[in-house]
Amino acid sequence: MTDTSATLVQGTLDMLILKTLALEPLHGWGISQRIQQLSHGVFEVNPGSLFPAFRRLERAGLLECEWKTSDNNRRAKYYSLTKTGRQKLRSETKEWERQVAAIARILQTAS
Amino acid sequence: MGLWSNLSAGIRGLFGKRRVEQELDDELRDYLDKSTAEKMRAGMTREEAHRAARIEMGGVEAVKENVRSASWETHLETLWGDLHFGVRLLRFNPVFAGAAILSLALGIGANTAIFQLLDAVRLRTLPVKNPQELASVRIDERQSWSGSANGRYSELTYAMWEQIRAQQQGFSEVFAWSPTQFNISPAGEVQNVQALWVSGEFFETLRVEPALGRLLSPADDRPGCASSGVVISYSFWQHQYAGDRSIVGRTLSISRHPFEIIGVASAGFYGVEMGRYFDVAAPLCAEPIVDGNEDAVLTRRDYWWLASMGRLKPGWTIERATAQLRAASPGLFEATLPESFNPEQAKRFLAYRLAAFPGGSGVSELRSNYESPLWLLLALAGLVLFIASANLANLLLARASAREKEMGMRMAVGASRGRLIRQLLAESLLLAAIGAALGGFLAHSLSQVLVASLSTKNDPLFVEMGTDWRVLGFTTGLAVLTCVIFGLAPALRATSVSPNVVLKEGGRGTTDGGSRFGLRRVLVVAQIALSLTLLVVALLFARSLGKLASVDAGFERDGILVTDIDFTALNLPAERRTPFAKELLDRLRTIPGVDSAATAKIVPLSGNGEIHDILTGDPDAPKDHHSLSAFNAVSPDFFRTMRTPILAGRDFNEHDVVGAPLAVIVNETFARTILKTGNPVGMQFRVRRMSKISGPYEIVGLVKDTKYADLREDAQQIVYTPMAQNERPDTDVEFLIRAHGPLASLILNVKSVAKGTSSDLDVSFVVLQEMIEEGLLRDRLMARLAGFFGGLAVVLAVIGLYGVISYMVARRRNEIGIRMSLGADRRSIIALVLRESLLLLAIGLTLGVVLALAASSAAASLLFGLKAHDATTLIMATVILAVIALAASYIPALRASRLDPLEALRHE
Repeated sequence: MTDTSATLVQGTLDMLILKTLALEPLHGWGISQRIQQLSHGVFEVNPGSLFPAFRRLERAGLLECEWKTSDNNRRAKYYSLTKTGRQKLRSETKEWERQVAAIARILQTAS
Repeated sequence: MGLWSNLSAGIRGLFGKRRVEQELDDELRDYLDKSTAEKMRAGMTREEAHRAARIEMGGVEAVKENVRSASWETHLETLWGDLHFGVRLLRFNPVFAGAAILSLALGIGANTAIFQLLDAVRLRTLPVKNPQELASVRIDERQSWSGSANGRYSELTYAMWEQIRAQQQGFSEVFAWSPTQFNISPAGEVQNVQALWVSGEFFETLRVEPALGRLLSPADDRPGCASSGVVISYSFWQHQYAGDRSIVGRTLSISRHPFEIIGVASAGFYGVEMGRYFDVAAPLCAEPIVDGNEDAVLTRRDYWWLASMGRLKPGWTIERATAQLRAASPGLFEATLPESFNPEQAKRFLAYRLAAFPGGSGVSELRSNYESPLWLLLALAGLVLFIASANLANLLLARASAREKEMGMRMAVGASRGRLIRQLLAESLLLAAIGAALGGFLAHSLSQVLVASLSTKNDPLFVEMGTDWRVLGFTTGLAVLTCVIFGLAPALRATSVSPNVVLKEGGRGTTDGGSRFGLRRVLVVAQIALSLTLLVVALLFARSLGKLASVDAGFERDGILVTDIDFTALNLPAERRTPFAKELLDRLRTIPGVDSAATAKIVPLSGNGEIHDILTGDPDAPKDHHSLSAFNAVSPDFFRTMRTPILAGRDFNEHDVVGAPLAVIVNETFARTILKTGNPVGMQFRVRRMSKISGPYEIVGLVKDTKYADLREDAQQIVYTPMAQNERPDTDVEFLIRAHGPLASLILNVKSVAKGTSSDLDVSFVVLQEMIEEGLLRDRLMARLAGFFGGLAVVLAVIGLYGVISYMVARRRNEIGIRMSLGADRRSIIALVLRESLLLLAIGLTLGVVLALAASSAAASLLFGLKAHDATTLIMATVILAVIALAASYIPALRASRLDPLEALRHE
């Protein structure tokens, strides 16, 4: 599994977290599972970088959190997007698409 | 928004720490549970799944650490924790902490004190509005000048000042000033205060406000003013008049003339001279009133006594102002040419060009006299601080090796190296900070002591020494620097261990022979080298002072009281002055205890002097450069009083008076260099003062060479003329009285003689020996401070060497035990240890000699009678240091030789 999973491009983890949370609030495990699922197993997120990213985004005011009781009657910390978090996601996505398109153009002409 | 939420969350994190940690715990446990459950669904057993989930996470503590490091408050917290830990460590080792803090405080304090002085005299600007707009106006590259001069800044004549004021264009205002002293005593013994002659524009240009009354304005400085007002300084108002607000309008006596006090200058204004202050400021036009019309210098075109400053107009630069002044110079000097100049002097005079120089930091004689000594002292103090830091580094290195196991253990359980280094540095930072804070306090009193030691009764100094940002920055910089020097290397060392090696190694410190110990050796070598350098410099200054103090001045310095008696107030006509002085002299000679007494125009080594051209042979031949000579006018018995031997001919006597043939006495150098003869008695020459030629003078005596103005000077030509042959005698005469017995009663007797003669005499005293010693102030200061630093450096370096050798002995106990049990005797053990210290000493001393040679070149200009590369000094210093160092390492060597071999071998 680890062999096939790609390393994340620097700085994209934050964007992926924001994206997964755009649909509904999730807890840490859920976010890591969702990223793995959505990328069809290409990205596997290590908790060692996931949790610091939560703390970072929370501090930047992009995420907010809430303790809820989950299905198996245990307390779990659910993260959700703030208003600024949504704005950030929009601008990041736009920027990302712009860059990807540019890189694609370069790769096409080069071949 | 982001910043705010970060800040508030961080603060919540700081105060609700336990809750935040608990939540993080819960969150991670929840994640692990879910991960485990997922894996169990995929078919693993509970144990397998749990294990796999944990491995995936890679250590709960590490993840937590990562999360924590994403928040700023954690860094604050760890810093706090580190500092706290540091305090605890220091409290465990009070001796170490005390010694470290004390040596740092001394080192940083000495450095800061000297820097504070440098800052005050060199870097600070004048405490006036927009000081950067100020510029001084003076002659560019004036190499020689003719005429008379007085004051510390004798840059211009009054005529030049008038022309500058009229012709300059670059300044919105200009002013002229001159430092002087006023006798404010209405009668009797002189009471001198620090005074300024200022032109009317002085206070306006500097934008000084009155604290009381009004200040001088151009209207107060009209040429020929019959009386005038004076301004007093705020501090003079406070200490002389206790801040009495009714002072305005009262009278102040200056040289027995009444002046009205018109106002008090604002507090904190001390004039434009750094390192000095003023009590009274009077307008230039009052100079003839104070000095008497006969001695007035105001209108003399050959009298240099003023300095000038201006405030640049908006848009004008120093360069532009200089260009304008240069352009105006030819006409200006043409218009101010002294009528008495001979053609050669006139030619030089007309070639002068004026220029403007930055004046924002004022002028300072102190600066030019003390700037390079202070930089040198700062360098010496810096070296001492370095040596002290090296000792600390050595101590910390020793502790680092003691804590190797602890460090290895902590790295094995996951502490990062950076984290450990930070913790070790926090402790050093703590030491440095406490040391710097104490040093800052120490510096304040140290610099006061320094200034006080430079200040004398006749030449008081005032240095405003606040703690400004430069001083604070300097001290902080020093603290950080020392911390890095003594803290970083040990911290890097301590954490460079591989956990495996340390944990495996057990108790035996066998790895310690090589590189780990090498750094400490390097430090000790550096300490020895630097302390040798400091010792050499200290010895150079001490020997230089010794040479100055014992140099043959050509007369006996002690036992002479110089009494200045000013009888200007008697208004005696010229022809009655010499008899009056003679009568006074005769009365002084009758005082019990007086061996002999004489008068002189110039007191030797007072710094005053006059120089004229000597014309020998053909009156019309052009004079050459070597025919200049210093002059003094003296009474009979001058040489007997000074105990200067008359080598040939006779002393002056009562027949050498106005109307008799002009007689002179010359010294050996005069005879040798100008007349090229051993016995010039009977020869004649003429003298040119400015364009006036007088003579012929006949040489009636030859005396031994004496120092004239300064102890440092080489022997120079001196001509003595009889005072009684002066057609315009002064009304202010110096009496040299050689006496035995108590000084106090002599002074009382002299006072009563003066009083018995007339109540209108102003009398002041100075002891010749004390006056000469005041001239050696700088040398004494350098010798004392360099000696102090040198001694301190040697002590610190020897402590360093002792520490390293003791450490080596402790580390090699095992080896020494084996050697002894194999039959090595005590002497060979001592030799073994001493060999080690000899090696360090030899390398250190060799390097030190090289450094010392470089350092003493830097000090060369401040030395007297010594070459910078003085072999005797170098050898002395090397021997002293070597002996002390070997003695210090003999103690651990002896201890090693007394080891019980069995005990040593058992020691793990």
